[in-house]
Parts: sequence; C-alpha cells; structure tokens
Amino acid sequence: MDVRAQVSMVFHLDKCIGCHTCSIACKNIWTDRKGTEYHWWNNVETKPGTGFPTLWEDQEKYRGGWERDPRTGKVRLKLQGKLGTLTNIFYNPYLPRIDDYYEPWTYDYENLFNAPLSDDQPTARPISMVTGEYIDTVEAGPNWDDDLGGSPVYADNDPNLKNLSPEERRSMQELGNLVFFYLPRICNHCLNPGCVAACPAGAIYKRGEDGIVLISQEKCRAWRMCISGCPYKKVYFNWFTGKSEKCILCYPRLETGQPPACFHACVGRIRYLGLILYDADRITWAISQPDEYLVEAQRSVILDPFDPEVIRNAKANGITDLMIEYAQRSPVYKFFKLWKLALPLHPEFRTLPMLFYVPPMQPVQAVQRNGVYETVDAGQEGLAPMLAALEKNRTPIKYLASLFSAGNEQIIREVYHKLIAVRIYMRFKKVGDVTPGDVQRALQLGQTTPDECEAIWRLTSLPTFEERFVVPPLAREMAVENQFPELDPERRNYPTYRAEVGFGFRKAPERRW
Amino acid sequence: MRTVDILLFVVFPYVSVALAVLVGLYRYFFDRFSFSSFSSQFLENRALFFGSAPWHYALLIILAAHIAGMFTGFWSRFIAPPSRLYPLEAFGAALGLSSVVTLGVLFVRRLLNPRIRKVTTLPDWLLVIVLMLQLAVGVYVALFYRWGSLWYMYTAVPWMISLAKFQPAIQYVTSLPWIIKLHYLGGFLLLAIFPFTRLVHVVVFPITYLWRPYQVVIWNIRRRFAPAR
Ligand code: HEM
Ligand code: SF4
Ligand code: SF4
Repeated sequence: MDVRAQVSMVFHLDKCIGCHTCSIACKNIWTDRKGTEYHWWNNVETKPGTGFPTLWEDQEKYRGGWERDPRTGKVRLKLQGKLGTLTNIFYNPYLPRIDDYYEPWTYDYENLFNAPLSDDQPTARPISMVTGEYIDTVEAGPNWDDDLGGSPVYADNDPNLKNLSPEERRSMQELGNLVFFYLPRICNHCLNPGCVAACPAGAIYKRGEDGIVLISQEKCRAWRMCISGCPYKKVYFNWFTGKSEKCILCYPRLETGQPPACFHACVGRIRYLGLILYDADRITWAISQPDEYLVEAQRSVILDPFDPEVIRNAKANGITDLMIEYAQRSPVYKFFKLWKLALPLHPEFRTLPMLFYVPPMQPVQAVQRNGVYETVDAGQEGLAPMLAALEKNRTPIKYLASLFSAGNEQIIREVYHKLIAVRIYMRFKKVGDVTPGDVQRALQLGQTTPDECEAIWRLTSLPTFEERFVVPPLAREMAVENQFPELDPERRNYPTYRAEVGFGFRKAPERRW
Repeated sequence: MRTVDILLFVVFPYVSVALAVLVGLYRYFFDRFSFSSFSSQFLENRALFFGSAPWHYALLIILAAHIAGMFTGFWSRFIAPPSRLYPLEAFGAALGLSSVVTLGVLFVRRLLNPRIRKVTTLPDWLLVIVLMLQLAVGVYVALFYRWGSLWYMYTAVPWMISLAKFQPAIQYVTSLPWIIKLHYLGGFLLLAIFPFTRLVHVVVFPITYLWRPYQVVIWNIRRRFAPAR
C-alpha cells in the first residue's frame, strides 16, 4: 500500500446556477495576460452542448486520455506511443487549433468617442486580440452555446447523445420538455494524468504532497503533446509565450489556507474541497478495468482515512498526523467514497480524475392535458411517484451514464435513488406530507438511513465555508517543520533551498530571442 | 596565408563555436524559459503540415549525412561502390531541394499569415533567412560540383579536424571555389547564430522520454523518511 494524499474536489451540480462567476474569478487572477485571453481554466458548459473547446469529448477527433486494449486489458495513451511522439513532434496531427476554441477579441471602443459627427450611431467593431485586425463576424466565443443557444448546431452534436434513441433525443428538445444543466469544469488533477504522460519533455508533474498537477514553464519546450493528451482539454497553449499552461488549483492560495478563487467565489456554493488518501499501488489495476467497473475501481483506490492500517501506511509514507486529520474531515471523502453520491466525469478516459460531480436532480417529463400542465404520473399518489419517476427524467439515464459512469446506468440509478430518498425523507421531517411507508420505501431503494440522509442534507444545503473547504495544511514552512523535527533555524539545516520553492520567475515570461 | 583567410577559416569558426557554447550555456542557465521550439501550430495548421514535418525530416537526414561524412573511414567504405554513390548523390540533391521548398513554405507562411507574423521575432527572420541561403548554396554546390560526398572528406573534414586539434590547416579549403567556401562558412554562421535564435530547440530534443516512466511526481521535501521501495 503506497498511501498518498490528494487535494480533490466535488461539484454539486444541483446547485450550479450557471452564473460564470467562477470563470471570471479565475480569469481575473491568472489568465488576463496576452496569449491567455482564450484560456478558461475554469469554464461552465451547458449540457447538452458541444462544450469548450468544441466537441472536446470526442476523442476520435482529439485523441486525449487512455485507451484499453480489450484483448490484453493493457492501457495505452490514445494519442500515440512514445516513439510516435518523437516522430510526430514536428507536427502534431491531433492538436486543436485556436479556431476550435475561438479567436479572442475586444472592441474598438475608442471609435465610440472619436467617431466624426454623422447621421448614424458610431459602432465598436470587434478587433482580434491576436492580430489586432478587425474581425467582420465573430463566429465563436466562450459559452457560445450557453443555455442551449444555437441548439441545432451545438446541443444536437453533443457526443453524449450518440447512444440515445431518436425518440429520446426528440423528447429532450420538445418545448415544455426542454432540459439542460450546467457543467463547470476545471482541471481534474488526475491520478493518472494524460497530460503528464504525453509530455516528452517531462515538464508536467504531479506534486507528491498534494497531487496538484503543474506545468514547469522553464521546462516546457512547446512540443504541445499535453494539449492532445488531456482528454478534458484543460491544458491551454499560450500562443504568445509558446508555452502550455493549465489550472494550478490556486496553489499559492491553498498554501496560505485559502480555497481556490473559483471555489471561493462560487455563488451557488456548489464546490467542495478536501484531502483524500489513495493507494498509488492500485492505480494501474484501476485504470485497466473494463468501462462498466471504472467508477467502482476508482472508489476502491480511495482509502478510508479512519482505517488504522491506512493510517499506519500513511505515516510510514511521511504523511503527517495533521494531514490525516484533514483527510478524515474531507467533504470529498464523504460525497465520493462514503455516500457514493459523486461521480467522476468521463471515467472512460481513464485518467482517474479527482474532481467529482453530484449529478443534478432532473425535472420529470410533463404533458399538457386539457390546458393543464402536469408532470407525468403525478397527482394520484402524492409524492411517491418521485421514486418511480426516475425513468421519466427529462434527461435520460443513458445520457447521464455517458457523462458520469462510462455507460453504467445502474450506478446512475443508485445515485438518484439516494438523492430522491434524501428529499423524501427531509420532506417527511420538515413538511410532514409524506407517509412513513413512502419514506421507508424511499430509504430502502436509496440504500440509505435517516442519519445518512440528514448528514447529506446538511452538507448539501447548509454547509459553512469551513465545511465546504477543508483546506489541508499545505504551508511549506509548516510542511517542512512537521516532517523534520530536527530542523534548526540556527544551523539552517533545511532540506529545501530558496530557488526550489515558490514562484520562480526572475524574468518576464515572454519571448526575448 | 592571407589575413582574410585566417579571419574566415580560423578566427571565425572558433568565434562561432565559442558563441554557440558560451551564449548557449548562458541562455540555458539564465533564461531557460526561452529554450523552446516556439511552436506556432496552434495558430496555423495547414501550411505547417506541408512545411514543418517534411522540412525537418529532409534537414535531419542531410545533417546526419554531413556528420557521418566526418567519420572518413566508415564513410569512404560506405560510398565506395558506385551503385551506392550515385543514388546517394541523387537522393541528397532531392532532399536538398525539398528542404529548400519546405522551408520556403514556412517562410511564406510567416510572411503572409497575420497570426503567425504576430509571433515572429527578429531572430526568427534571421534564422530562416540564413538557413534558406545556406540550403540554396548547398543545393547549388550539390548540383554543379558533383561528388560532394567524396571531396567533402578531403576538404572540409580535415580542415575541421585540424581546427578541433587546435592546429588549423586551412590549405584544405582556401583554394576551393568561392561558392563552396561560402557553404562551409555558412555552417559556422549557423552555429554562431544558433544560441540567439529558436535553433536552441535542437539541443533539448526530448530523447529521455523513451525511457522515462509516463508519470512524473515531484516531492517538495526529499522523502528522507519514506520507506525504501
Ligand atoms: C532535433 C530535432 C528537432 C526537433 C524535435 C525540432 C522540432 C521543431 C518544432 C516542434 C518546431 C515548431 C513547429 C511548429 O511551429 O509547430 C520547430 C520549428 C523549427 N525548426 Fe526544428 N526541430 C529539430 C531540429 C531542427 C534543426 C536541425 C533545424 C535547423 C537547422 C531546425 C529548424 C527549425 C526552424 C527554422 C523552425 C521554425 C519553422 C517556422 O518558421 O515555423 N529544427 N522545430
Ligand atoms: S484534467 Fe488536468 S491533470 Fe487531468 S489530464 Fe487534463 S490537465 Fe492533466
Ligand atoms: S460560480 Fe458556482 S454557481 Fe456560478 S457558474 Fe460557477 S460553479 Fe456554477
């Protein structure tokens, strides 16, 4: 057992209101520089939709992540082998282009002030932030298909709709039955990252102590394989400096005890952050499982931080008591491992993403009867139909399974049964218009208990800042002191040196030669 | 020995190598951020496909042949049978021509594509132009002074070896036609500008990828207490 610690995350999709505050919080801190205008380390997509960059989930197009050979069960990079990387290094056949994202632009605001007197209002024409020239028609931008805008072009081409019947697809778009939800995405800080594996320069690395995945700007040589290697397209190319960049999970904030900016800013309070312990020895086994077992395999890589055996091995690996304590308080451990409510996004990419999603509750289908708008099957039996209504969700289970469980519909059903049970139980307690029999049925179907329902409800609806963000003690000074009791400031016998920690730039990150 | 010859064939090569090594090292240790291929594929894909890949393959083979020729024992045995020499010369000329064409594609791409122009620096222009001239002269020499694979071993190679031994013997090259001399000097000019341009990407070719494990983990604190595994 090789116990390691990982800062990991849960996004509770039920609570996301699609306000994009998270994206802006991130942009203001990290990506308001030349070359990063189009970077959205945090972006919020409307599902169904084609996402950002367009069709990022289509790995036949972008070849990100890993691929399992069904015969041998062995896993390999979908992009290419190591030799292939070196022979394709002069031209990467699968690299997304800027037009797969969008050409960043601003507006000619000055014209509004300086335009000569005329009969017409002056306009502010769009100007490309790459070339500085006017753009006649802006054809793409961030959130171009927000809230189902342009559905026939975007929502219709969502790769996750592939397995739905034409009937199901049609019903998702019927007026009155229309459905969408938001999917905020940041880098998943994977356990088996495709970006790290694809980088021939070894510039991308996972931090041992907390699992944050970073790109060394000094080591990146613009071989641009990571952009293809990440199936989530969360490595962005800075076209100005010629370097890849990605979400850094705000590690400078984490190291000073603050949650990442997107977490902190989140209006819907959908985000949770905490430490989990995992067994690095089981990664190879987990990523080699067939699709339908992937979620369970990933759950089994995550360890129980209360298990004495785990604690012993964690300590042997140099994980401090304090870190273990934080892992025990982690909301992510609860949502993903204990309650089994949260699911990884596209586990079939086999990078073991460490950002988990609680899928959103769905409106059930509705019909118009004699001018009355009624949910399907509602009415006769009080609230009980909520249980039966799962199959009548406006978003077909199959669609959610394609997003969150590599097609395993049973897992999605289990999650929803539990979410519904929590609702029915809490309604029973707070409003009292549900019969105890219905509650019993709901709890049974959801495989849960009143205590668990209560805990889930509390962490979902009323969590405090400190409950949502259990930021582990990552301060470098503390980490060093914790691990090396014999350290002595007098003798300066520190194991790290100045140039090895913190921000390293002593020159502006731009081209000089 | 004329002073010009000494300047060109003794001083200049030494200065070039010194520049390449010293400035290269300086840049590596004090501005490693700039050690990069500065790929522009993200901004433009199509012309690059026809430019970059064939250009690099053609050039790397030509370069390899130039280096192989320095091992005269091996090389003279290798090219001894005419059945090998003829195709080799033809192949070389073809490669040379295609490298000129593909570099031309890259050049025009830099010139005409407004996005690429924005990420082009003066050193980029310098590099592409010097490379272009060197290749053009090389192709001219290949076409009009045949059997370069032979006489290379008796002119440039002994000259360079004499330089490496610090016993410059420039008589091997001084009496050659001026266009051949130009090609020889062009090689050293490329060395001289190498550390100032994006050419530095050649020396950071990521060969270690072949034996590195896929995943890279870096520990902040060296794991002194970690169990041996
Ligand atoms: C050792 C192996 C080499 C590798 C792996 C390599 C790789 C690359 C890469 C990835 C690019 C960027 C292409 C892009 O824009 O996406 C590039 C550009 C370039 N390379 Fe190389 N290269 C190598 C050797 C060389 C050599 C030997 C030369 C010349 C002597 C050279 C000259 C150039 C030039 C001039 C460009 C710029 C092309 C442009 O105008 O866009 N390379 N190289
Ligand atoms: S999600 Fe993040 S860690 Fe995972 S492969 Fe992509 S960039 Fe790497
Ligand atoms: S800030 Fe929170 S609620 Fe708003 S879009 Fe982002 S994740 Fe959703």
